[in-house]
Amino acid sequence: MLMCLAIPACVEQLINENYAVVNLGGIRKEISLALVEDVVLGDYVIVHVGFALQKLDQIEAERTLAMFAEISTLNQEDI
Amino acid sequence: MKYIDEFRTGTLAQKIATKIASEANTQRDYHFMEFCGGHTHAISRFGISDLLPDNVHLIHGPGCPVCVLPIGRVENAIRLAQTPGIILCSYGDMLRIPTATGMSLLKAKAQGADIRMVYSSADAIKIAQNNPQHQVVFFAIGFETTTPPTAVAIKQAQALGLNNFTVFCNHVLTPSAISHILQSAEVRQLGIVPLDGFIGPAHVSVVIGSQPYEYFAEEFQKPVVIAGFEPLDVMQAILMLIRQINTGRAEVENEFTRAVLPKGNLKAQRLVAEIFELRRIFEWRGLGLVPYSALKIKSCYAGFDAEQRFQIPALSIADNKACECGAILRGVKRPQDCKIFGTVCTPENPIGSCMVSSEGACAAHYSYGRFRDTNHATSKEN
Amino acid sequence: MSRRGIIKPGYTRSIDLKNGCIEMVHGSGGRAMAQLIHQLFLTAFNNEYLRKMNDQACFQSFNGRMVMSTDSHVITPLFFPGGDIGSLSVHGTINDIAMSGAKPSYLAASFILEEGFPLSDLKRIVDSMANAAHAAQVPIVTGDTKVVEKGSGDGVFITTTGIGMVPEGINISSENARPGDKILVSGTLGDHGIAIMALRENLSFHTSITSDTTALHDLVAHMITAAPDIHVLRDPTRGGVATALNEIALQSSVGMMLYENKLPIREQVHAACEFLGLDPLYIANEGKLIAICTAEDSTNLLNAMRAHPLGENAAIIGEILEDTHCFVQMQTRFGGKRVVDWLSGEQLPRIC
Repeated sequence: MLMCLAIPACVEQLINENYAVVNLGGIRKEISLALVEDVVLGDYVIVHVGFALQKLDQIEAERTLAMFAEISTLNQEDI
Repeated sequence: MKYIDEFRTGTLAQKIATKIASEANTQRDYHFMEFCGGHTHAISRFGISDLLPDNVHLIHGPGCPVCVLPIGRVENAIRLAQTPGIILCSYGDMLRIPTATGMSLLKAKAQGADIRMVYSSADAIKIAQNNPQHQVVFFAIGFETTTPPTAVAIKQAQALGLNNFTVFCNHVLTPSAISHILQSAEVRQLGIVPLDGFIGPAHVSVVIGSQPYEYFAEEFQKPVVIAGFEPLDVMQAILMLIRQINTGRAEVENEFTRAVLPKGNLKAQRLVAEIFELRRIFEWRGLGLVPYSALKIKSCYAGFDAEQRFQIPALSIADNKACECGAILRGVKRPQDCKIFGTVCTPENPIGSCMVSSEGACAAHYSYGRFRDTNHATSKEN
Repeated sequence: MSRRGIIKPGYTRSIDLKNGCIEMVHGSGGRAMAQLIHQLFLTAFNNEYLRKMNDQACFQSFNGRMVMSTDSHVITPLFFPGGDIGSLSVHGTINDIAMSGAKPSYLAASFILEEGFPLSDLKRIVDSMANAAHAAQVPIVTGDTKVVEKGSGDGVFITTTGIGMVPEGINISSENARPGDKILVSGTLGDHGIAIMALRENLSFHTSITSDTTALHDLVAHMITAAPDIHVLRDPTRGGVATALNEIALQSSVGMMLYENKLPIREQVHAACEFLGLDPLYIANEGKLIAICTAEDSTNLLNAMRAHPLGENAAIIGEILEDTHCFVQMQTRFGGKRVVDWLSGEQLPRIC
C-alpha cells in the first residue's frame, strides 16, 4: 500500500456535509470531506487515505493538458 | 479514468522527451532532486529515466515518510503494541520495517500483539469505538499530506468523547528536510551532491501551497517546480527546470495548477495548526537531529497524545553498519552503491527502511530498475 | 392410540442442515459422521464411485501418461461474488491438471471442519462443489472429513486432488519457453483478487467485479487442437501473472518482454489498483491462463482462444527473449521500461 498515494475521483453522492461517495473508473468509495469546502456533485477531488485533500480544478487540468499538446505543436513548427 | 489516463499518454511523453533532449545543454549535467514518494514511484514504474537524455539525472531525496522514520520510533510502536490492553493501528507500509534485532510490527503481530492495519485514520476511530475496553493507539506518520487526516481523527475523538484513543505522532515537515539537505556540508561546501533544482512534491504542496518554497529558491538560488504525480507532470516539470537553469532563473513554478494553489488548502492548515505544534528537535533517519522539523500534539489535546498517556522512552538506535539508507536519503549515494543492496538486503529481507517501503529508493530501484545496472555500463538514474 | 403416538418405522432424524452446526462428534467416525457424509456429501456429489461407500474409489487404469495435482484452499471470506471456497477448490485442481494439457478425470476432496461451523454454510459449499464438478464433468470420487476444535480453523479448509490423462504427443512444461516465443493470456487480469479485496472490512469499496473462477480444461482442449505444440501453460493464481511469468522465466532460463498497452484489464480493476496502490500484474486470477507458443502458432492459438467463451478477451501480451538474468521486463504505456519483479512480501491475506 502506498503512503504518498492520492488519486482524483468524481463526487457521485453527497451523504452529508462530511462524507461523500466518489467514483473512480466504476469503483465507489466513501470518503471524508472534512478537509475541503463547497464540494458539489460532479466535482473531482484528490483522495488520500480516505480524505478529500483538495478539489481538482478542471479548467486548469484541461489547460495543463493543452500545454503538453501545445509543446508538441511548437515542436513540429521548430522542425 | 479521467484526469489519470490523459496524464500518462505515451505519445505526449515522446513529444516532451524530444523537447527536453533538444533544450538540455549538452555541455553540462543537470541534477534534480525529487522528495515525494509518489514521484519516486512514478519515475520507476513508468521508466521515466529511459526518456531522459544521459546528462539529466534524477536524485531521490527524503520523500518517503516511512524511510525517514528512525528505528527508535518503530521500536516504541512495537513495545506499545506488545503491551496488554493496547490495540495499535498502523498504515500498511510500516508493518514490515525491521528494527535492529530484525523485529517488525508484522512479526510482533504474528507473536500475538494486537496490531491492525488501517487505510485511514478514520478506521482507527472506528476501532476505538468498537473496543471500549482497549486502549487504541494510532501510529501516525507522514508529511504534510497525511497530517490533516490525523488532525480530523483527533477532533472526531474529542467530539465522540473517546477516552481510549490516542495518537503516537511522528508527523514531519517537508521544508525542513529540504533546508537540511541544502545546508549540509555535502551540498554547500563539498559539492558531493550536485543539486541544480527541485521537483516539488505533489501532495504536500496541495496542502501547504507553493509559497513555502519561495524561501529556498531565493536563499539557495535553486529553481523549484512543483509537479503533479502523473508521469507527464514529472516530465513537464523537468522541462521547466531545464528552462529555468538555462536562463539563469531560480523561481518557484507550479506545474500542478489543477490542485496546488499558492496558499494551499487553508482549511486543512488551520485544522493542523489547531491540534499540533512544532517540536524543537526531532531525529530523522539518515539526516540526524533536525530542528523544528516535526510536530507534536498541543497540550490542550494531551488526552489524545500517546506520548502523554504511555511511557514512551526516547530510543536512539543506530542503523545496521552496512546500511546506507542515510546516505541514500540525502541523495549522496544511490541504492546500487550500497554494499548489501540486492544481496543481503532485498524486499523479502529488508535491512533498512529504503527497501521496506515501496516508495523507498532502494525498493523502487530493486523492483523496477535494477535490470539497468546489469544491462548498461552507466545507469541513467544519477 | 393417538396419532401422536405413532412412530414411522425406520425413522431417523435428519441432520439439521438449516440450523445445525458442526460438532466434534461429526469427526469421530461414528454414526453422526456417517449421517453427515451420507446426507450432505453423498447426496450432493452422487456418483457410482461414492455410492459404493468404500474408503477408496476403483477405476480402470490409463494407458499413457497420468498427471496428478493437489491444492489446499484456505480462502477468507468463504463466499464472494462469482463463487465460494467450494467452486474454487474444484476449479483450482481441474485447472492445475489442465495446465499439463491433460484431460482431468477424477477428483478427491477432503475437508477439515471447525467445530461450530454452520451446516447451512457447509451445504452451500458442498452444493457449489457438486455443481462445479458436474458442469466440468469431473466427478468427486472419494474424500475425507475431519473436525477440529473451535478456534483451530477458519470454518473450513478444503483440499482437492485430481488425476488426468495427457494425450499422446503433447509436451507442455514450464521449462519449454524459447526465445522468440509469444506470451498469451486468455482474458482480463486481476478480477478475482479485486473481487475478494472489496470484501475486506477496512478497504470496503464497491465494485461490480466478480471472481472469474471457472474450469479451464475445455478451453485448453480447444487450444491444443489449434496448436498442438504449445510450450507452456500456467494458471496465474496467487501472485498473479507477474509471479507465474517470473517462475517460468527461471525454469526455462529465458527473459521476457511484456507490453503494458496489450494487457487486458477491466477499468474497475485498474481503478481499484489505483485506489490501493497495487499492480494488477500481481493480483490473483482463478479463471485465466497464460500460454507460451512459437510465433508461428500464435495467431492460430489466439483465434482459437477468442472463439471460446472463456477466451473472449485473449491477447498476445509479450514475447520470450534471450536473457541470462531471467528478467521479466515491460515496455510501459508511457514509453519507458521497467522490470516486473517477483512479488515481495505478502500483499493479501489468503485470497485463494
